[in-house]
Amino acid sequence: MRYITPRKAAQGLGSARSGTQDHWFLTVTSCALVLLTPAFFLVIGRAIGLSQADLLGYFGRPYPALITALFIVVGMMHFIKGTRIMIDDYFQNTARKVAIIVSVVFGWAVIAAALFALARMTLVPLAI
Amino acid sequence: MADVNRGNRPLSPHLQVYRLPMAAVTSILTRITGQALVAGILLLVWWLVAAVSGPRGFAAADWVVRSWIGFIVLTGSAWALWFHTLAGIRHLFYDAGQLLRIEEAERASWAIIIGSVVLTLISVVLFFFG
Repeated sequence: MRYITPRKAAQGLGSARSGTQDHWFLTVTSCALVLLTPAFFLVIGRAIGLSQADLLGYFGRPYPALITALFIVVGMMHFIKGTRIMIDDYFQNTARKVAIIVSVVFGWAVIAAALFALARMTLVPLAI
Repeated sequence: MADVNRGNRPLSPHLQVYRLPMAAVTSILTRITGQALVAGILLLVWWLVAAVSGPRGFAAADWVVRSWIGFIVLTGSAWALWFHTLAGIRHLFYDAGQLLRIEEAERASWAIIIGSVVLTLISVVLFFFG
């Protein structure tokens, strides 16, 4: 038995040094997503069913392109942080590390793919 | 003598006979819908990338998006997104110290469930007839 107070035993084991930042990040992005979600529904609802040529023209316009880009970037960063909190709750040790790495890589891959597609439609006129 | 008070004791919740409160059901559904949205975002981003990759790639992605598989994934994602959004708004209220009493949390849970179904129906109707 160690004769130390509970406070001494807990000292140095780590407070939630970055946990509050994660929570605040989720709060800020969730507020943005409350506004972006209805806009994204309207944008994507009009896009589905278009021919490829019409689709390229549609996302070449600023409003659909910006709403889609913002929704996917903010949404996936919200996903990365939210998933991190879930992983911290359900996984330990190596499984936790692997799960965090997979979720972060997946999140950024989705962002990169979506931004590439939107940039291609917005910046480069495609001849098809 | 040991069972004098039989039938009149407070019972501790047992795992197999415990009915989750609605606030607990909607809380865990927030996480589940958040993760399930991966399917919808993958389908839509694949479709966006296919649109700039060429006619054959786009034909494949567009066929999936407009097939019954796409309908199920997108309608499910629409519900998941509305549910997650409403539950997230409730979390903002929680953070502000609101809706924390048991009856309020219960009522807010039903509002989230009913609201998400109604918003999904409106989204689907607007999509097909708008």
